[in-house]
Amino acid sequence: MIHLIMWLIRKLRRTTSPAETPDAVSGRDEPAVHGQGERLATSGLVTSVAAASGANRGAPAISVRGLSKRFGDRVAFQDVSFEIGYGEVFGFLGPNGAGKTTTVRTLSTLIAPTSGSATVAGIPLAPENGVEIRRRISVMPESPGLYLRLSVAENLGCFADLYEAADPGDRIDRALRAVNLADRARDACGSLSKGLRQRVALARALLSDPEVLFLDEPTAGLDPVAARDVHELIDELRRSGVTIFLTTHRLEEAERLCDRVAILNTTLRMIGRPDDLREQMFAKTLTVRTLAPLPDPGRVFDGLPAVDGWQADGTAAYVLAVSDPVVAAPATTRALVQASADVLSIGESRHSLEDVYLELVNEDAEVRRK
Amino acid sequence: MSISRRRVRAIYRKELREYRRNRSIVAGMAILPLIFLLQPLITVFSLSAAAASQLAGRHELLYLLAIPALVPATIAAFSVVGERQQGTLEPVLTTPVRREEFLLGKALACFVPSVAISYAVYVFFLACVEIFGQPAVTSALVRGPDLLAQLIFTPLLAGWSIWVGVAISTRASEVRVAQQLSLLANLPSVAVTTLIAFNVIHPTLVVALGAAVVLLALNRLGWRLTSAMFDRERLITGTR
Repeated sequence: MIHLIMWLIRKLRRTTSPAETPDAVSGRDEPAVHGQGERLATSGLVTSVAAASGANRGAPAISVRGLSKRFGDRVAFQDVSFEIGYGEVFGFLGPNGAGKTTTVRTLSTLIAPTSGSATVAGIPLAPENGVEIRRRISVMPESPGLYLRLSVAENLGCFADLYEAADPGDRIDRALRAVNLADRARDACGSLSKGLRQRVALARALLSDPEVLFLDEPTAGLDPVAARDVHELIDELRRSGVTIFLTTHRLEEAERLCDRVAILNTTLRMIGRPDDLREQMFAKTLTVRTLAPLPDPGRVFDGLPAVDGWQADGTAAYVLAVSDPVVAAPATTRALVQASADVLSIGESRHSLEDVYLELVNEDAEVRRK
Repeated sequence: MSISRRRVRAIYRKELREYRRNRSIVAGMAILPLIFLLQPLITVFSLSAAAASQLAGRHELLYLLAIPALVPATIAAFSVVGERQQGTLEPVLTTPVRREEFLLGKALACFVPSVAISYAVYVFFLACVEIFGQPAVTSALVRGPDLLAQLIFTPLLAGWSIWVGVAISTRASEVRVAQQLSLLANLPSVAVTTLIAFNVIHPTLVVALGAAVVLLALNRLGWRLTSAMFDRERLITGTR
């Protein structure tokens, strides 16, 4: 029987030509897996920075140019362009149906783009490069997708072999320690809670020592403590040089973790650092509160340096549009003191990433209504 | 292109573990052989020594070839659509596994237990006949060419059945539909083996060699067609 199986394997190796296998790297032996066994640390996480194979260090980890995907008449995403540097945590935000998961699936070679081009981990996104790209990335899909009849260790063992990881036992141990599941290795995945399954899926994503890690809603369904653990893990991965592509609905999570974020709503609506997005979307303002309404606010606020305008916000509150809060705030304070106003507070108005997100999504909804 | 044995083995071992712990698969693999074992056993034990001549023109042993034709069909039909339904396909397809490695691992995981079960049933049947059967019946039933045919055609039929099942599984949207279609698609194989067993098709060396060549060709064709039908995008998104 064994001879028969080995014969079958040998036969297939001889007979399957590159033309039959669009996802094959034709005419080449499988290259060695880069840096396997180097990054997951004995302490449970990642130590070495050698995240990328050295040759790719100068290039972006992900580069996307005019990428589009249609399913028949339905547009999943259109004309999307961005670049992500190595070691960057990149947040990908958008409402349901915006095309986030399809983008992840496209970049992870599961589906082919309709048009446009991209490189992932320095490799052009093309059918013949599928295996090579998947060797360098790892994807944690929104649904953990674990084999529920198999134990945690058996699940991870299967994937360690699929990635041809060196010393799989040790790697599995470290991945499990990284997600605080070392004591559950023998448990059947079907017996774990949703949160624990999510953590197993994360451990699975760490097995391959990826250059680029795609995390699709990694904290969905997790309690706050478990979510915090995941955040810490992402921070550690960032420090080790792993590029993280994070799709999430939790805007505070994106704000806390991401170096830059992109907001997608079929087309890419905005991209940049959370602070920059706030600046682009909202004018800088100072909010002044006084004990009693000012008798003549125009006399106080007009002409102050870096103050572009003002308006009353209730009976004893004023919102000042400013070009530079650092200049405007002391000048406003002095003017209020000179006017003998009883000042309760002066503060710069802060807009969250959520404000930016909601503003953009509402704008899109408004455009569609019209 | 080179096939990674380690990745094939990873899929193969994972599948076997899952099968062992899946009662419906274990039951399916046990019930079909029992059904196809009972009929010839009843025939053999209901025959008197004087009636052994009735077996002369028949090839009762070959009736058991329905086992390798049908047993792997049900599990092969589960192989891809089953993973799709339980949401485990996407994580696997994002690994460097090639579709050929994935399909080969799946096919081997169907092939090895099916062929093992088939041979075990033959051995059990022959042991029963040898131990409990009338000597005249035994000598009329157990013939060298039939045994050889059984030995050779079992893996060939199992292989074909598996490729048909996996091919259907890559296209089906539900496990049950895939299993039903797979059983239907393998009925012609069962019909042919049954017609041979009852000597409606007279088995000669030429017929046997011809059948073996055809099955080999079908196995090769099945492998190529299944690989061509395996479309990651369609499997993940359900479109295209």
